[in-house]
Amino acid sequence: MKSKNIILKVENISKQYRLGTVGTGTISHDLNRWWHKIRGKEDPYLKVGESNDRSTKGESEYVWALQGISFEVGAGEVLGIIGKNGAGKSTLLKILSKVTAPTTGSIKLRGRMASLLEVGTGFNPELTGRENIYLNGAILGMTKNEITSKLEEIIEFSGCERYIDTPTKRYSSGMTVRLAFAVAAFLEPEILVVDEVLAVGDAEFQKKAIGKMQDISREGGRTVLFVSHNMAAVKSLCTSGIVLENGKVVHVSNAEEAVNFYLENQNKRSEELKDRSDREGNQYLKFNSIEIENSKGNNVNQVFVGEKINIKLRFERNVDFDLSKLILSVIIYDLHENIMCSFPSDEMNCKFENITNNEIILKIPFLGLRANNYSISLYSYFETTKKENAIDIINNAYSFEILTEDFYNSGKLLRNYNCAFLEASFE
Amino acid sequence: MSTKEFEHDEWLYEIKPKTSNFSLNLKEVWQYKDLLFLFVKRDIVTVYKQTILGPLWYFIQPLFTAMTFTIIFNNVAGIKTGSVPPFLFNLAGIIVWNYFTSCLNETSDTFKKNAAIFGKVYFPRVIMPMATVVTNLIKLGIQLLIFFGFYVFFVANGTMEVILDYKMLFFPVLVMIMGLMGLGLGMIISSMVTKYRDLTFLVSFGVQLLMYVSAVMYPMALIKEKLPNLGWLIEYNPLAYVVETSRYILLNEGTISIGGLVYTGITTILLFLFGLVIFNRTEKSFIDTV
Repeated sequence: MKSKNIILKVENISKQYRLGTVGTGTISHDLNRWWHKIRGKEDPYLKVGESNDRSTKGESEYVWALQGISFEVGAGEVLGIIGKNGAGKSTLLKILSKVTAPTTGSIKLRGRMASLLEVGTGFNPELTGRENIYLNGAILGMTKNEITSKLEEIIEFSGCERYIDTPTKRYSSGMTVRLAFAVAAFLEPEILVVDEVLAVGDAEFQKKAIGKMQDISREGGRTVLFVSHNMAAVKSLCTSGIVLENGKVVHVSNAEEAVNFYLENQNKRSEELKDRSDREGNQYLKFNSIEIENSKGNNVNQVFVGEKINIKLRFERNVDFDLSKLILSVIIYDLHENIMCSFPSDEMNCKFENITNNEIILKIPFLGLRANNYSISLYSYFETTKKENAIDIINNAYSFEILTEDFYNSGKLLRNYNCAFLEASFE
Repeated sequence: MSTKEFEHDEWLYEIKPKTSNFSLNLKEVWQYKDLLFLFVKRDIVTVYKQTILGPLWYFIQPLFTAMTFTIIFNNVAGIKTGSVPPFLFNLAGIIVWNYFTSCLNETSDTFKKNAAIFGKVYFPRVIMPMATVVTNLIKLGIQLLIFFGFYVFFVANGTMEVILDYKMLFFPVLVMIMGLMGLGLGMIISSMVTKYRDLTFLVSFGVQLLMYVSAVMYPMALIKEKLPNLGWLIEYNPLAYVVETSRYILLNEGTISIGGLVYTGITTILLFLFGLVIFNRTEKSFIDTV
């Protein structure tokens, strides 16, 4: 159906993990598995397994970190793999880079694959930068001659010339990433796997690295698999994208659409707050709905920078307890799961004694965050904020977007960043 | 492109669930030969970094062990070593024995020790233990140099006569047997240790005990003569034949048993092949259990 030249074909990949610790209990499963195998029967534990939702309590010891993953990547394509923490991105990359074998399914490749999974893989701190280039290059599959022919370019690209004959233990972490990326980038594999490594380098290097990845794919006609939480980077760098959720592919399309799907999908979850089961706590009380009311009194999930908003929470009570002992913390996160701000009722000296209609309203007179996507998590506790006193905890209960605006009436829209926005002026 | 065309397509690699059959990809190992030498270089260069005596440690350890053995086993316990000075007798045994134990010890935690790097990048895992065996081969070479130093000293001294002859040509074969046996056992243990750590404890003291039944500090004939009931312990131990034969080759002291050597050779090859198979099976998914 597609006329492009398929370079990587993933067919029905699944990966099962066993939870808990390895101990004497494991050996009985191993023996049972072996007993089935010598009689030519199927592994009995492959049938059990549950989908991998980290927050819910499961029945089985076995979970599927990946289930039935299939996709194809063409030559020269840059594929972005996006998904929440625990969606299976890293497991997929581990299987792709042959670090671990899949439980079922197969992957076919038409070229050499190099992975840049983490900073300084295989760097020996005692060896000099130059020695490490050779070692790391060889680990990634280059021969000594290949490395020698590219040594100058690698050193130049890394920008670590002065330190090249110093042991890498004296390097800063940024320098280590630079050197590591430089080696992998000049490896010239047909397929390059990049996993969130760029977060460590400074802005200049990130730009250089992203540019290099674009060169690799556009000019070199090579394929890049890029895993990131940075939606802006995925949008600008990738040509296509897949979205993973709980170990399954839920969306395949071009990068722009995949990012939108991922963000929308996060929004959608809020509508079903009362049906959410990934909660923690004793459930004395259960939050059923969450809404944002803007300054005009409308329920929205898009508000403007600096707007006055109310966050309305409705709950139901399962146990009759003294509401004045309830501690509620509303926390706003950015898309990278950084805390942007929090509203803990105990610090704010708010007691919920007078609540009668099972509704709590958090009033925020000035929403000081810049334009971007954010999410709200709810944490409620009884008396103290100890973990065992948790009543109802829901991560990512609601997603909303802050839209940019000409806040200063300067004729300019505020730029989009995920950071705080404070009222200020220059004198 | 239709699905039918795919079936005829040539794929360069294919990643599949682990299979139980023997699937060592020798071609792939060959492609990574440069890596093997870089690992050897790394191990040699970095092991004595930040030490004052540096590579001198290669000499100190066997010399002091040989000295201790000479005092305890020859001077105190009175074990006779024929026409060869007891010190040289012990040194020969220790150097050969050391090669085996360091191969075994260092390969037996391959997966555990390298979990960090194995967890991030793929290369044929067997490169790691192979590099260990080559590194130890270089150490053995260095240690043999001091052995021959003392050899020349004792000859010049008039304590013993020159006895080197064509038999020396077989010494590399013995070294290879020792290396392969250490590698084979090491690979088996390292594979099993990934899931069940019990074996680590067994290896550390098992190797020490093994030395006493491997004819390191006494000639094989001595045990058979003094402890006829326990003689079988030595006779069934393939390592004892290697140590004894090495001494026979180097010092012309002791016995040589062709039957014993054939038995040793076969055991070694079986151990090594079994080690390779089990190592290959483990490497595919050890990262999930290590």
